Amino acid sequence: MTPRVTRIVGFVAFAAFAVFVAVLPAFINDFKAQQYAYVGIYLIALLGLNILTGYTGQISLGHGAFMAVGGYTTAILMAGNEPSIACSSCDGPLGGGMKDIWTIPIAGLVAGLVGIAFGLPALRLSGLYLALATFAIAVALPPFVKRFEELTGGGSGINLFGLPEHTGSITNVEIFGRSLTFNDWLYYLAWAIALVAFAGAWLALRGRTGRAFRAVRDSETAAVSSGVSLARYKTLAYGISAAYAGVAGGLYAIANTFVNPDTFPIALSIFLLIGVVVGGLGGLTGLVFGAIFIYFLPLWAQGEDLGSLLPNRIIEETQKPGGPAIVYGVILILLMFVIPNGVGGLFRRVGQLLTSRRYSRSAK
Amino acid sequence: MVAAAFADFMQQIVAGLASGGIYALLALALVIIHRSTGVINFAQGEMATLSTYIAWTLIANHGWSYWPAFFATLGLSFLGGVATHRIVIRPVERGNVLRIVIVTIGLLIAINGFVIWQWSGEPQQLDSPFTSIFGWLDIPDTVDVGGVAISMRDVGTVAVALGMVVLLWGLFQFTKVGLALRASAVNPEEARLVGVRVTWMLALGWGLAATLGAVAGMLTAPTVGLDPNLMQALLIYAFAAAVLGGIDSPLGAVVGGLLLGVTLNVLSFLSQYRLFDWFTEELRLPTALVIILVVLLVRPAGLLGHPEVKRV
Repeated sequence: MTPRVTRIVGFVAFAAFAVFVAVLPAFINDFKAQQYAYVGIYLIALLGLNILTGYTGQISLGHGAFMAVGGYTTAILMAGNEPSIACSSCDGPLGGGMKDIWTIPIAGLVAGLVGIAFGLPALRLSGLYLALATFAIAVALPPFVKRFEELTGGGSGINLFGLPEHTGSITNVEIFGRSLTFNDWLYYLAWAIALVAFAGAWLALRGRTGRAFRAVRDSETAAVSSGVSLARYKTLAYGISAAYAGVAGGLYAIANTFVNPDTFPIALSIFLLIGVVVGGLGGLTGLVFGAIFIYFLPLWAQGEDLGSLLPNRIIEETQKPGGPAIVYGVILILLMFVIPNGVGGLFRRVGQLLTSRRYSRSAK
Repeated sequence: MVAAAFADFMQQIVAGLASGGIYALLALALVIIHRSTGVINFAQGEMATLSTYIAWTLIANHGWSYWPAFFATLGLSFLGGVATHRIVIRPVERGNVLRIVIVTIGLLIAINGFVIWQWSGEPQQLDSPFTSIFGWLDIPDTVDVGGVAISMRDVGTVAVALGMVVLLWGLFQFTKVGLALRASAVNPEEARLVGVRVTWMLALGWGLAATLGAVAGMLTAPTVGLDPNLMQALLIYAFAAAVLGGIDSPLGAVVGGLLLGVTLNVLSFLSQYRLFDWFTEELRLPTALVIILVVLLVRPAGLLGHPEVKRV
């Protein structure tokens, strides 16, 4: 396939996927819509993490922290800093009262700035030292959030439930003359942003910037000698990546209807890394499966949705405490054996097989 | 008042050295695996927890006495570590290192699940190895040094950590196996050319690391109680200690571990005496991590590590 054909196929596939996303809520129930909304939110975070880890080669074990920054930004702008009291009549930034969707770009912006601020000192670190630095941020954030309770509501966090003017968490949402349930609204909001984020990532990565990112990943020395500024592009990657995580965090707060220090645990950061590797480092399409994987596998491991597919004896064993974790861990290890380059790598492989066979036929 | 505070402070230092000794053991295990496999083994803590549960079940459910169970556990852990490398790690060794990282995270989740599945999440009691040693040698539990009561268990823990380092150092420096181990870590291809069986050396590294973890687990469990999440927090400390000391340096792991242990206990001393109003017990770990970050910014390869040199 020539690049042009590849691009046309890509556009068609993207459009088809967008249509699929748009009509899906008609065929699934309200609860499933909420679950798929979370998948969309994870997808946004994974896109961001892959720009940093997959394309630029900078490992992050603490991306949940950037999500937390976004989530708290959204929550504070919406509800103010009154702990646990929904504030519906306040206005002004720290008094709360902002409408939910307008907080999302601000959440992205704030997280992006934090990302740049973190990226600058992180320039000195690489490999495992960087891994520890990012991990440290994610471990350290919850206690700090608890400590500064004037702003964050401390351990009890900030409640967003029951703010009918700002979110639809009680009532239906009226939009474009239609009335949507809160979960359908969440679904459309998350996926609309996810699709835009996907297109944005594709645009950012296909040109000069993406090439510079990959150059930094493949060999820093070679990148520098070709005139690529390490400082500039690494910091840029941190900024973009954290901004994506911030947007995802803001959406997460809206979907969750509250934030507290345990909303963004260290496990979230680990799951995001798992999602990126399962989806495929340095690719975008596979991340959809990475997002589905990290959201649904813990549920499937508990036997949800799969109850009728497996013999009862096995289901009983895996429902004992600890059982789901064994299933999860083993599946994760087997996946790394079977698809070394993630779902994205599998796609590329299949694509290569198809095209190479076509060429060999025409060569006959 | 000041004298009492000083005695308290000294006790915190000793206790810090003891917990630092545990961090050092686990950090040492991380360093050994990093030298052989090039990754941080996230399952290191869970492997240690599993070993400790094996010791416990041998004693509590199978009627073994302490020392046979102790050494049987060390042996089983060694075999378990070797098997882990052969079965789980070897298939993913080629390609992106993040694959190995994810596999060790999978191991972490699976082993933790297995421990809960097999032995339930309830906390259990395990004897300390020092109880019987102190009994034989007639050593009291605490010794008073100038008004500071020093727990002999703490001293024992530090001694075990240092002893392990000396043993490992001896193994690496003076034995043929140690030479082969170092050769396979430094240059696998050339080691293979001169006849070193590199994959078995890597497996041996995993076995040693698992054994060290087992020692750390059996020293920790008696004081904090044995439960399935025994080593999770410890792994974070060990990771921080290993990186602080320099991830390629065994001595650095020990120095990093002891420094971290003392720092954490000094910080908790500060929070007890409220020397700074804003400083609470909860901020202990974050503060220690921030200190490590600052150290890393000044010395990006850790205190005793060597900056990686690559040929282009």
